[in-house]
Amino acid sequence: MESLAIPPVDLSLIAPLLVVVTWATVLLLVDVFFIPDGRKKLTGYLAIAGLVVAGLVGLPLWGVTGTTFGGMVRLDPFALTLTWVFLLIGALSIAMSLEYLPNQGIEQGEYYPLIMFAVSGMILLAQGADLIVLFLGIETLSITLYILTGFAYPRLTSEEAAMKYLVLGAFAAGFFVYGIALIFGATGSTRLSEIGAYAAGRVLGDLNLTLLLGGAAMVLIAFAFKVALAPFHMWTPDVYEGSPTPVAAFMSVGTKGGALAALVRLLFEGLPTLNEYWLPVLAGLTALTMVVGNLGAVAQTNVKRMLAYSSIGHAGYVMLGVMVAGEQRGPEAFIFYILVYALSNLGAFAVLIALEHEGENAWRLDDFAGLYQRQPMLAVAMAIFMFSLAGVPPTAGFMAKFYALTAAWEGGLPWLALVGVLTSAIAAFFYLRVIIRMFMTEPEGEPEPALNRGLTADIVIAAVGTIGIGLIPAPVFALVERSLVALGG
Amino acid sequence: MNQLGFPLLSLILWLPAAGALALLFVPRANAGLARQVSLATMIATFLLSLLLPLRFETNPMQMAVVGAPPVMQFVEEVPWLPIVGATYSLGIDGISLWLVMLTTFLGPIVTLSTWDSVHKDVRNFQILLLILQTAMIGVFVAQDLLLFYLFWEFTLIPMTFLIGIWGSQNRIYAARKFFLYTFAGSVLMLLALIALHILHRDAIAAVEPGFRGTFSFSQFVSDLRAGRLTLDTTTERLLFGAFFLAFAVKVPLWPFHTWLPDAHVEAPTAGSVVLAGVLLKLGGYGMIRYNLTLFPAASQWAAPALAVLAVIGIIYGAAVAFAQSDMKKLVAYSSVSHMGFVVLGIFALNAEGISGALLQMVNHGLSTSALFLMVGVLYERRHTRELAEYGGLWKVMPVFAAFSLLVALSSAGLPGLNGFVGEFTIITGAFRSPLLGWIYVAFAVGGVVLAAAYLLKLFRSVFMGDVSQPANATLPDLNRRELTAFALLSIPIVVIGVYPAFFFAGMQHSVAALVADLIAQAAGS
Repeated sequence: MESLAIPPVDLSLIAPLLVVVTWATVLLLVDVFFIPDGRKKLTGYLAIAGLVVAGLVGLPLWGVTGTTFGGMVRLDPFALTLTWVFLLIGALSIAMSLEYLPNQGIEQGEYYPLIMFAVSGMILLAQGADLIVLFLGIETLSITLYILTGFAYPRLTSEEAAMKYLVLGAFAAGFFVYGIALIFGATGSTRLSEIGAYAAGRVLGDLNLTLLLGGAAMVLIAFAFKVALAPFHMWTPDVYEGSPTPVAAFMSVGTKGGALAALVRLLFEGLPTLNEYWLPVLAGLTALTMVVGNLGAVAQTNVKRMLAYSSIGHAGYVMLGVMVAGEQRGPEAFIFYILVYALSNLGAFAVLIALEHEGENAWRLDDFAGLYQRQPMLAVAMAIFMFSLAGVPPTAGFMAKFYALTAAWEGGLPWLALVGVLTSAIAAFFYLRVIIRMFMTEPEGEPEPALNRGLTADIVIAAVGTIGIGLIPAPVFALVERSLVALGG
Repeated sequence: MNQLGFPLLSLILWLPAAGALALLFVPRANAGLARQVSLATMIATFLLSLLLPLRFETNPMQMAVVGAPPVMQFVEEVPWLPIVGATYSLGIDGISLWLVMLTTFLGPIVTLSTWDSVHKDVRNFQILLLILQTAMIGVFVAQDLLLFYLFWEFTLIPMTFLIGIWGSQNRIYAARKFFLYTFAGSVLMLLALIALHILHRDAIAAVEPGFRGTFSFSQFVSDLRAGRLTLDTTTERLLFGAFFLAFAVKVPLWPFHTWLPDAHVEAPTAGSVVLAGVLLKLGGYGMIRYNLTLFPAASQWAAPALAVLAVIGIIYGAAVAFAQSDMKKLVAYSSVSHMGFVVLGIFALNAEGISGALLQMVNHGLSTSALFLMVGVLYERRHTRELAEYGGLWKVMPVFAAFSLLVALSSAGLPGLNGFVGEFTIITGAFRSPLLGWIYVAFAVGGVVLAAAYLLKLFRSVFMGDVSQPANATLPDLNRRELTAFALLSIPIVVIGVYPAFFFAGMQHSVAALVADLIAQAAGS
């Protein structure tokens, strides 16, 4: 009898992931045993420290490319850059929660490790080269998010959001698993590269290819759900509105980043030869997403819901890059867009938190009225985020949009780029509405914006990043460009 | 680097922005200091820009060479986004020279006008004015399409705030309309320049492997003319249309003009002056620089139709202006009419028409700014813009009346003043153009007559007759600042009128080169 061969494991290739997971696990225990109630903020600071350490650990890995765990996990500059972006997203989300949780009376220490676990799921998604690993990543991310969504426990909308997200998310997970089963049945492997090699030799009419296509469709549905592509977006506004605001902020950028990173790999390592089948489908979904997201946002008077719809619209713009990832510029545009969107959107959510107050009528557009007269800097920062989300120069949002459109056009989808610019003209309408409220109307008295250290840090980092990348995008472009050298190799 | 050996254009471009930055350190309450810093910056910018016409080579190559890209002067080039081949590339030629001068010249006048009209949050008003100044100069001097687009879109932000924060009752509606109209108008241009970039890159990469694309205007032009990049008819027309739409909204060409009266009426005086004086010119400039130069065949194809729109604008704007009882609306609609002339001149596609259009843009910038200042002067004193509220002011404010007469006549196109030269040249151009002809001219001349009618109506109801309203009997005449502004504006109004040759000389070479290419294109097609 042959002895079981354990494939060699190179832990250094998953060092950042390892740091995040270990740190989060230890932090859970430390929080329970050593950090007293009322000082849970300390846990938050420790969590941020963990994310920073993970980022630093990644530094020496720049340029390293390799697979481990028998080819199931891959590290390359693409994954590493995304890892840094995810760590940044995690840190900014934690920073905006530090005061939010006690203010809302929902401060629990495990919140912070949970965010770290979610980040680890995202990193795993960026590193996964095997459907099982991708599933693992998606579930790590999702299960923590189910909990986080319901974190504002006494508030009914929060519970409702968690329930909706859980039920629908479970469906999506089911699709994912069933899709994996079909793909495995067809190809005999869950490894992306082997699936790709298998599909390359098949022609239409081959039963196994049909099976593979069916499986791929199921997996794509699961992804479309996670990323909130229309028509799989219905859950998004309710879930965002119900969840604690920092969680909504984290979800809006984190889930998209993680799931789409995995989608890039799946499409271009696993299914590159089948793109004549999935490209039209995804292109249709993307067009629909941009239209539905941006039109939906126009009708909102609740800023949180508006941002939820806007995040659907932005999912469409990111998809412009993802779909054409076969071209060098596609994944470049994807990384750049995710980074810029993360900064602008987290910044916008941070401002939203500063204005949030207890009660049913929170997040009204009218709360922004006259903000410029009460807190000029806060209003200016929010204006920067809004202009960036709308894609007006000289903010980073413009550069990101420009890049995504260029990628789409290069990838042979000019009509989709056209839909992109037309919907962005619609989008200008609702972002401008916030700006008009802030600068051009009189304040309506209540609520006084409450800033604190974490929020201020968030807003400053996001605003400086948004303007800085907008004016001098070359260094970030260069970083992104170099991240792509080894993708798909 | 250029004929001066130092980055003059960058200095002119960024000086206002630097002034805006400096203003951030002025306490918000110190309105006086803020105004002074702003005025000093504007004056310094203008003085610096005086070097441009002084050192400008009016005939850099002795003769126009068909097929060469436009000859830029004061050129600066620094890599900016190597990954897509975009550069920080500045330069001016005869087409942009006078428009840059117009912008820098109007700067100090605009700032002067804020002394009496802006009292709320003065510092931030000045910051926005200065940023806007940088953005507008940037549009004229950028020689990289992406950089151009950046400045082009950025002008929206400060202007929207100027209208929306400091405007009158309906300001929010006007600000929103202004932003959305012009933003929606330009998104297609973004797509068009991406398309141009990729088409060009693919075409060049076929002969020069490894070419990564560019956004350089002169490279597009030279490759188009050398036949290294060819656009098929449909593509060229689509690209032409995408660029044109953005510019037509800005100009604004009938029927894209509806944002303009609202924006003008609601904007504070300084905002109206900038809007009419410079912002509208961005559109006309864009048509000449980009539409005609990059897409000559499509320009030939579209010229008659666009000229019809221009003529409709001329007549419509003038007729509606005549019917207004609100002075600011009257002047706003007169802009629609006057800018119609500009578009008519541009699409005559000959040297007379284009030079006339360029000069007319400068003229309109001067006269209409002066008209808005005039309305502003009255509004500050009486807080109404209704014509019926005035009358007989000649007796009360004689100096003001004299300047207003000069301005009104200039705008109406009286020979000897600037407006006449521009309109006359445009009409000559349209008449001689094989694409247009006398029928266009006949209607355009109707516009000139109507212009005289509404401007004289304006002047008569405000200044002539008896002082009908007791409140008007004691109005003070122009104060020192207002006098300075009007006196400054009168200088070019008269100088262009009596000696236009100097101004035509500057643009002559560039226009001749452009027209030579248009003709070569027409012959080739």
